[in-house]
Amino acid sequence: MSLKRSFARVTGDAAPRLKTSAMIASIAGDDQKTQAAPFGHALVELAKTRADIVGLTADLAKYTDLHIFAEAYPDRFYQMGMAEQLLMAASAGMAREGFTPFATTYAVFASRRAYDFICMAIAEENLPVKIVCALPGLTTGYGPSHQATDDLSIFRAMPNLTVIDPCDALDIEQAVPAIAAHPGPVYMRLLRGKVPLVLDEYDYRFELGKAALLRDGRDVLFISSGLMTMRVLEASKVLSKDSIDCAVLHVPTIKPLDTAAIIREASKPGRLVVVAENHSIIGGLGEAVAGVLMRAGVHPAFRQIALPDQFLDAGALPTLHDRYGISTGAICGQIKGWL
Amino acid sequence: MHAPIGHNSQLRLKAYQIRRTALKMGQVQGQGYIAQALDVADILAVAYFHAMTFRAGEPDWEGRDRFYLSIGHYAIALYAALIEAGIVPREELETYGGDDSCLPMSGMATYTPGMEITGGSLGQGLPIAIGACLALKRKRSSSFIYNLLSDGELGEGSTWEAAMSAAHWKLDNLIAIVDVNDQQADGPSSSVLSAEPLHEKWRAFGWFTQRVDGNDIDALVTAFDAARAHAAPQPRVIICDTLMGKGVPFLEAREKNHFIRVDDGEWDKAIDMLDAEFAR
Repeated sequence: MSLKRSFARVTGDAAPRLKTSAMIASIAGDDQKTQAAPFGHALVELAKTRADIVGLTADLAKYTDLHIFAEAYPDRFYQMGMAEQLLMAASAGMAREGFTPFATTYAVFASRRAYDFICMAIAEENLPVKIVCALPGLTTGYGPSHQATDDLSIFRAMPNLTVIDPCDALDIEQAVPAIAAHPGPVYMRLLRGKVPLVLDEYDYRFELGKAALLRDGRDVLFISSGLMTMRVLEASKVLSKDSIDCAVLHVPTIKPLDTAAIIREASKPGRLVVVAENHSIIGGLGEAVAGVLMRAGVHPAFRQIALPDQFLDAGALPTLHDRYGISTGAICGQIKGWL
Repeated sequence: MHAPIGHNSQLRLKAYQIRRTALKMGQVQGQGYIAQALDVADILAVAYFHAMTFRAGEPDWEGRDRFYLSIGHYAIALYAALIEAGIVPREELETYGGDDSCLPMSGMATYTPGMEITGGSLGQGLPIAIGACLALKRKRSSSFIYNLLSDGELGEGSTWEAAMSAAHWKLDNLIAIVDVNDQQADGPSSSVLSAEPLHEKWRAFGWFTQRVDGNDIDALVTAFDAARAHAAPQPRVIICDTLMGKGVPFLEAREKNHFIRVDDGEWDKAIDMLDAEFAR
């Protein structure tokens, strides 16, 4: 049996073809407010007052917005080359000697290739290394080599590690000083380049370990993290036109989970609880929330919006987000089907 | 540097004491990586009692040289050295490998004073040392990082990522020591995954490379001195050919000696033989 796909012929009157969403593709919609390189600028700002901050990367400074820091503080920037195991272990060595390293690469390489080095050289000793990784979940159409659909599942199981999945430019900007102030290791998912700015319209501040109720509603409780929070906020607006009233609990800290807020909101009667995440349906926020609710004896109607347990296709992000159910339109469709 | 007369004899005495202390710990457990401890004792004696600067009562003293043991299973040897150095109290050896002991079978930084890193997952020590050496340079420290690796550990690709990086960053504060005893879990290293020619490999990676008999105190002293004094801005490696079980003839002769079980009566015999060998 051939493992190859069949040829996709282009027909004469086909709709305009979308381009592959390569690594630099922005997830911002055309009409969305954006902010450039929030991580890089926030780190530069933080480094002004903290001489212990250093930046390291494995040949991906430009693709993780760390180049902004490298330009501002060239003597505090370490280009470690295309060697993620070295990147993580060397960051541990830096931390042993009193520095606070921000180590950047793609989420796939940190979670898959460098796992043991993060686990044993960093987490086992609770060293304050901040691992900041681009291309979380399905944010590139480049294919499974670069799609970190399993990073939250992998990192949730690592003791001592704090796991952050920020929503937008504001979240990232505020998370940077917060994770630097945290005494232990942190893994943070990163949106880079032109990053949407959404949360400025809400009464919100990033607090490590805290979930935030961004809007309230009677029919559906979305519990979400990362870019899915902006998607469910958009979906809530759309659904309100059909008189479907949605609440959104944004959970930027995946670990440790704000269990009190999750139990409090999920305990309110009459709402469908829907966990939405830019991650495989296995082992991410959805299953974490399910576990919390089961252990607490809270049993609402429960659904997950997440990526399937598959190696995902290559292509254009709008196509792929529709295909795998995490676009605003696909979210609305799923909610209507469930209600 | 000119060593005082009898200095190397003192180091031979230290090496003997490290071997004896390691055997005592092995006896507590009735098992362990004792053949490695015996082969590496001379290296540890020269490192701790000739080359390195440290304060026994202040193991975290900022001005110390750091010793990174990536091969966690050699902990029994390092504990013996730390006991002889006065960093770990001698009475602790009775707890070796027991529940709640600060001397676990595999060396971990959070358990033991003087144990700088958590080893065990091989191939991590040298890359950790890269970051620490860069950090020491940021701090304008004159301390060295010593990293003890094994020949088996050279199979880990991360070691070579670090070897490349050390030369790239001109880490002249890094001294790697490779214990070449030609033994690993599944047999002779040369048949498991051949790493030779080692001298040429390290030199090609940009390191100041020496290869010595790792059980010859005089040769080790000369090599450690040369590694520290070397003027060029490059990392340094001392490849040490050693003999598993060195100092206890019936252990030297064992073919499968990666992880040794010694019968109850044999421990006293091993210590007696070590004493006799040293007295010769």
